[in-house]
Amino acid sequence: MTDVLDGRTEAPAADELMVPSVDAAPEAHAVGWRHRHMLDVDGLSTADIDLVMRTADAMREVLARPIAKVPALRGRNVTILFYEASTRTRVSFEVAAKNLSADVVNVTAATSSVTKGESLVDTVRTLEALGAQMLVMRHSASGAPYLAAEVFGGSVLNGGDGWHAHPTQALLDLYTIRSRLGSVAGKKVVILGDVLHSRVARSNIWTLTAADADLWLCGPTTLLRGFESWARRGVGGERRFQVTSSIDDALRDADVVMTLRIQRERMASGLLPSLREYAARYGLTASRLASAKPDALVMHPGPMNEGVEIAPDVAAGAQSVITDQVTNGVAIRMALLYLLAGVPRS
Amino acid sequence: MTGRRIMTADEIRRATIRLSHEIVEKQAGAEGLLLVGIQRRGVPLARRIAAAIAENEAVDISVGALDITFYRDDLSLVAQQPVVKGTDLPFGIDGRTVVLVDDVLYTGRTIRAAMDALVDFGRPQAIRLAVLVDRGHRELPIRADHVGKNVPTSREEIVRVHLDEIDDEDGVEIERLVDAPLTAEPVA
Repeated sequence: MTDVLDGRTEAPAADELMVPSVDAAPEAHAVGWRHRHMLDVDGLSTADIDLVMRTADAMREVLARPIAKVPALRGRNVTILFYEASTRTRVSFEVAAKNLSADVVNVTAATSSVTKGESLVDTVRTLEALGAQMLVMRHSASGAPYLAAEVFGGSVLNGGDGWHAHPTQALLDLYTIRSRLGSVAGKKVVILGDVLHSRVARSNIWTLTAADADLWLCGPTTLLRGFESWARRGVGGERRFQVTSSIDDALRDADVVMTLRIQRERMASGLLPSLREYAARYGLTASRLASAKPDALVMHPGPMNEGVEIAPDVAAGAQSVITDQVTNGVAIRMALLYLLAGVPRS
Repeated sequence: MTGRRIMTADEIRRATIRLSHEIVEKQAGAEGLLLVGIQRRGVPLARRIAAAIAENEAVDISVGALDITFYRDDLSLVAQQPVVKGTDLPFGIDGRTVVLVDDVLYTGRTIRAAMDALVDFGRPQAIRLAVLVDRGHRELPIRADHVGKNVPTSREEIVRVHLDEIDDEDGVEIERLVDAPLTAEPVA
């Protein structure tokens, strides 16, 4: 095509004409979204995760507008069914759905027929009969959203189930790290605290190992049970991540420190002697953080027990990206609602 | 390219320069003008028009990119959500004359969506439309203010615009829909 190129010599060079970043995406047909539900991150390919991240970029742009609302999900019913207490995840999903112009219905199990003994399956069928097309769900029983997905004709989004999974949190954490550090590959990421009871940690292990992070899990041995064998279950016996009770080893030269909430109910079960002892040995303080890289990111999925797993000055410090996580959470949930809405109902 | 060529690289270049003259003439100068390209191929076209205006009028016109995906009226009909390419309007549009730029004008639905998207950012004094190719078959009461080339087509045909910035070559071709390779790209 030399004649074509010669013909437009007066035109500016191609690189000046390219729109930065927004046009870097591959052609629309190169990738596509096929998942009807978002139950956990373990079923997502690298291409799927990239698509979520790129769509979230577009949602960040929408969030920055004077009127942060687009009509993409107009006329869709998004029903939010939470069996467990939550502020940020529930509100985040609600804001996300409303920013896409969806109609939002909120159901709190504590004030619904669930207290009269209605089963999960009946509740889901009833909500579907009432027009629910997308169901955002949180439940204290691991696997509950999978049961809901079996009977629900639309899309189910897991907003946290038991100890099992919290896929939107893992995706927003990955998005937050990527937007700050560029890439996660080779970066030392530490998940610190009650890993055992944490659905956030479990979902993050999937996405962070898939992204080739140098992942470390750190906490008291009682709160790391079972993870050592998971760590060694990689291809050909290769270690997928490190497990340690030494906070010094974990934090040394870390790029990211993700602290987890210590749930007070764990004290009763004898896994921890006391909150004070935990805070003294594993709390993220400014002096401990000093052994990480100088610009290491401090993250927390919330809600925080300040003074226990994280010191207040660290949580509010210059390295903290905790409020970024909250904002990015809305963008990630908008991206997922948008992508799932394109998959046909069963 | 596989179809019948209807515009060469030279013709695209001349049409772009003529569009740039028409836009400035209609506005009686470049005062208050903004160019907004519709993703994807409207964006490089808008930048070419801006470059031509810069050359002829010695005025730099700001160029933005508009993604209309979230405003499409067929989102519930397509099998898979279109990939969002991003909006970048690095300026206020209140009181300005915004010229929307796209490669092909067909049903007019893209332009309807673009106008809805644009007014979410403010209240322009006027919105105008410049396209490289108008292929007819409008489904909405929309017309272009500036047209590079009018091309009579049938609905069974597809018009493909290739631009160097995206496709590594310039040219416009037309082919029968049945012969066209299937893609998820929206038909403009």
